[in-house]
Amino acid sequence: MTIISAGTAEGGQELLSRSELTAKELLREVGSVLRLSEAEAALLAEVETDAPEDQTMIINMGPQHPSTHGVLRLMLELQGETVLRCKPIIGYLHTGMEKTGEALTYMQGGTNVTRMDYLSPLNNELVFSMAVEKLLGIDGDIPERAVWMRMLLSELNRMSSHLLFLATNGMDLGAVSMMLYGWREREEVLRFFQKVTGLRMNHNFIRPGGLAADLPAGWRDDVLAILEGLPSRLEEYDTLMTGQPIWRERLQGVGVITAQEAIALGATGPILRSTGVAWDLRRDMPYLHYDKMEFDVIVGQYGDAYDRYSIRFNEIRESMRIVYQVLENMPSGDFRIQNKKVTPPPRARIDESMEALIHHFKIFTEGFKVPEGEVYVAIESPRGEIGCYIVSDGSSNPYRMHVRAPSFVNIQTMPHMMRGGLVADAVAVISSVDPVLGEVDR
Amino acid sequence: MSDAVDTMENAVETLHGCPVQDSHGQRVLHASRDQYVSVIKALADEGYEMCVDLTGADYLAMPQRTIGFGIQPERFELVVNLLSLSQRKRIRVRVQVPADDATVPTLFDIHPGTEAHERETFDMFGIVFTGHPDMTRILMPEDWDGHPLRKDYSQGSIPVQFKGAHS
Repeated sequence: MTIISAGTAEGGQELLSRSELTAKELLREVGSVLRLSEAEAALLAEVETDAPEDQTMIINMGPQHPSTHGVLRLMLELQGETVLRCKPIIGYLHTGMEKTGEALTYMQGGTNVTRMDYLSPLNNELVFSMAVEKLLGIDGDIPERAVWMRMLLSELNRMSSHLLFLATNGMDLGAVSMMLYGWREREEVLRFFQKVTGLRMNHNFIRPGGLAADLPAGWRDDVLAILEGLPSRLEEYDTLMTGQPIWRERLQGVGVITAQEAIALGATGPILRSTGVAWDLRRDMPYLHYDKMEFDVIVGQYGDAYDRYSIRFNEIRESMRIVYQVLENMPSGDFRIQNKKVTPPPRARIDESMEALIHHFKIFTEGFKVPEGEVYVAIESPRGEIGCYIVSDGSSNPYRMHVRAPSFVNIQTMPHMMRGGLVADAVAVISSVDPVLGEVDR
Repeated sequence: MSDAVDTMENAVETLHGCPVQDSHGQRVLHASRDQYVSVIKALADEGYEMCVDLTGADYLAMPQRTIGFGIQPERFELVVNLLSLSQRKRIRVRVQVPADDATVPTLFDIHPGTEAHERETFDMFGIVFTGHPDMTRILMPEDWDGHPLRKDYSQGSIPVQFKGAHS
């Protein structure tokens, strides 16, 4: 083993062939691949770890493979069709978004974070805004309407993200009609987002202090149209997939992970819940007004791909329940905080007041200053716990902005789920983890 | 060291011999590098069973910062977010890491899930985690020079080539 020190070449990321590894190093590698300690790795004896080298083959899956959800690359060691080892290699979509975040003001930061998890952009904006608000000390003063609007958008976003999961999960496993249906339903939600925010994705709509604009006229009818159209279609998809023997055979018992392993690996969201751990930040560490909402945390039992599919399917229904409650309770009032420090003046004021024009100019060119401090805020995104760690040095840019991306952590469970399975099941495992590579690589 | 002990006794709260600070309503524990692994272990035994996040920060551009509790600020800082599922609470552990010896012991044996986070922190800040099974870059290319999230690593300094463009 070469000694690794900072600033020198670190050596390759490749899986070494077995002849180049001593037994101890192999154990370390298996331990690292399994993301478990060496002692635990040694206990896992079911899989043949000392297969003769002329019977195994190391192949690359990805980064251009269509079922790797973007640019995930997996190195697989195969014996026949059985996966012995797997190592995810990431970084192909790394664009230095955390570094970019240090150069953008808090006002501009939303445009950056919204592009990380591009399937649930509003949740990214929400966690960033909540972190900035906590640093500013205005997290308790956000107007009621803004809080309820944030919940409305967050839940609709969860629905659109899970609908896309149904689509890609179907596509990966050969249910191509489900792909078309899933994309179609998601598009209805995105059409609503476009009406509200102006964009289908990457909205930059939830901002520190509230939201960019109020809901447009007729929003309630649009939401009701989505909510009323979806249940009968979800029933159809239930019949199409859940009750179908081929679908069940393809998913049940595939990619099993236990609760202890999921917790040790830091997995959150549907992966953790599929193992029977009822952990949902919306219920267990409530933010916004989730403590006033009535909804169920969907929990699996076996920790397999089928549980993860069912959890996401039923979470769409739970999100619809929450959206109905939001519609009942949506108050009138301000959609952003009336704090001149963070909120630009309304458009009409700029025409009549020189001070308002200067204020508007200053807030968009210089941004607003945030007191020194550091804060970590976490919310439940469709993929698990998304956290935002911000260090402020008192200027108008974050000194350090880190996003704890759920997919980045969840992807580390893949080698564990794939071990000893078939190559064909590897596709089912990737799909059931539902990673978004934009967020993994940031 | 005696100074540190004196100020620690005056601190509002200590946990496993480390001062605990309140940062915007969140609990932050300041551990020294020697205490680091044993404190994380003690916290894990206490119910903080999940390590949700591990990251770093480079305080090169904030030389005058103070932490209090008699702790000497260093250039790098390691930030570990722990979560207790059973008690529904969080704690953040911050460790000062000097620039001339940027090494920290790994948490791999306590929380195997930190493996990827530690690789990312190494990749971005050059903090080396001793005992880590696979201390290689994770996001940047393997032959990359430098660590991008360091404050002395400038933004956009890579020349862009436009191949085949007519001049």
